Amino acid sequence: MAEVVVDKVSRSFGSHKALDEMSIAFPDKGFYGLLGPSGSGKTTLLRMIAGFDFPDAGRIAIGGEGVERVPVEKRRIGMVFQNYALFPNMSVAENVAFGLSVRGETRGAIEVEVKRALDLVQLGHLGERRPHQLSGGQRQRVALARAIVTKPRVLLLDEPLSALDKALRVDMQIELKRIQREIGITTIFVTHDQEEALTMSDRIGILRDGRLVQEGPPEEIYDRPESEFAATFLGDANILRGVATGNGIRLPDGTVVVANQGTKPAVGTSASCAVRPERISIGEADNATLGEENRLKGRVSKRIFGGNSSTYFVEHRGDIIKVHVQNNGGTSLAEGQDVILRWSPESAVLIGM
Amino acid sequence: MATSIRGRGGIGPALPLLTPAYLWLVVAIFLPLSAMALFSFMTELPMSGRDWSLTLEHYAAFFSSGLYVTLLWASIRLGLEVTLWCAIIGFPAAYVLARVLKGRAREAIFLLVILPFWSNGLVRIFSWAMVLREGGLLDTTLNAILPFRIDIDLMYSYPAVIIGLVHSYVPYMVLTCYLTLQAIDNALIEAARSLGASRLQTLRRVVLPLAMPGLLAGSVLIFVPVVGSFMEPRILGGRTGTFYGTVIEDQFVAVFNWPLGAALSFILLAVVLVILSLSAPILRRVQ
Repeated sequence: MAEVVVDKVSRSFGSHKALDEMSIAFPDKGFYGLLGPSGSGKTTLLRMIAGFDFPDAGRIAIGGEGVERVPVEKRRIGMVFQNYALFPNMSVAENVAFGLSVRGETRGAIEVEVKRALDLVQLGHLGERRPHQLSGGQRQRVALARAIVTKPRVLLLDEPLSALDKALRVDMQIELKRIQREIGITTIFVTHDQEEALTMSDRIGILRDGRLVQEGPPEEIYDRPESEFAATFLGDANILRGVATGNGIRLPDGTVVVANQGTKPAVGTSASCAVRPERISIGEADNATLGEENRLKGRVSKRIFGGNSSTYFVEHRGDIIKVHVQNNGGTSLAEGQDVILRWSPESAVLIGM
Repeated sequence: MATSIRGRGGIGPALPLLTPAYLWLVVAIFLPLSAMALFSFMTELPMSGRDWSLTLEHYAAFFSSGLYVTLLWASIRLGLEVTLWCAIIGFPAAYVLARVLKGRAREAIFLLVILPFWSNGLVRIFSWAMVLREGGLLDTTLNAILPFRIDIDLMYSYPAVIIGLVHSYVPYMVLTCYLTLQAIDNALIEAARSLGASRLQTLRRVVLPLAMPGLLAGSVLIFVPVVGSFMEPRILGGRTGTFYGTVIEDQFVAVFNWPLGAALSFILLAVVLVILSLSAPILRRVQ
């Protein structure tokens, strides 16, 4: 097991900069989620750590050893591919045994290790099956067993759950996390699914255009995004734009929004304020109570029913503000109704331009 | 429901699609072949009013004279050798075509591989004759480069026959291997490498087994016609080029003993079928 350090790594494909002086430290035994839109460089970075591609500049170290020129097969990594990439000409047990047998381990040792790995992913009874006889979730487990049986220094996951349906995906998220904790392996996980990144990762790195936008524990990034991109890419966010006043911003209509989160931009510069839709409470215009809160008048332009919650789209001087409300039996607001939106300064994040 | 089930499972709707092919097979292959089968049991060709009767003597001739068995064995060996050389030469070429080259380079190389198909067989063989004979292209070129004198006269030899046949048939191997190789998901190769397998181990344990159907299809496509080949052995082999196929050809064009030629052809067909069916279980296990 080992930490992985990526230091000022750059990689261009023609004129396109896939990675632009990227630096990230992946902590030992941690579960690190790389999140970003397609083309952000997350897959390129993962393939570089694996050794399928090499950086134009910069260093990559696994457990303190520089590996940027080491070929894949010497890096001692384990990788789970998006489509699992199980060898169709081998049984489940042979798939899992592959990494051990190319290393020349004895038949007896291989048998013990394969059994242990298959038991870990709860597939001990399916060793004789062929990959095409397995369900998607089972293939996923075999791919995981195959990747960890060689005791790699780091486990790389390339959108491993994207091919599964929703219910199975949630099961596998829990399962993957359990196995990762049990063997305590440094894990780097690429996904474009923000919910998946939030539930599974100890740390998240958000990538955009080959650069690291922000990184930290999921709660920290969610509660204190440092850019409009981070705020809107990880979860839903309302962005209000105005002029910095010191502890908040002044909107074009003169309303002052006070925000206690984020870094304070210089007074007078343009700035924005991010508020999560579930942090805003919505009420009828006439029964609003006073308090230390931000308030904004608006009119309901649309309501979307989503089962356990509803989303209101409230119009305020041409801007649309989204509000999530739990459907807990209260009366719902009608479209076209005047409302007051309220949220505390603790729920508002200041973002400088 | 019932009609849709019958419609899907029945042969009815498929008939218009199948008929042209099968009609053609019946007229162009089955009828002449049946006639040949009949000839092989006749004492004389039923032409110009000659008397004929049914006989097994032509089949008996194969077994009574050791010559035919020896020649058949030589032809089978020739088939195996040519198939092996085609695999050794064709597989790496197919690998590069399928997995290394891209775009224009791939198209260009592909064209070079298919080129032998577009040239006339006789022209191809006589071109080889120009290259291989004493004082020919190969001889002259080598002696121009090398500081010492060597005599290269491959013409009318066993190697010349092999060279000519491999040249004619290697495209089959390249094409069948190309098809299976380019269907291999790149992630499988990457998975093998990530698990610690070297390039050679990946080739042996992942790529080769997955490409096996193509190698086998190519081998069958090459082995069967090479065993019966007569043109390359006759022109490039000269006196050493007497094989089972050339003997059959003699019966038809030189000796005019069609019944014997037909009987020898059917024995060849039977032997080839036996070889293929015997090797089928082994080949299936390899896959």
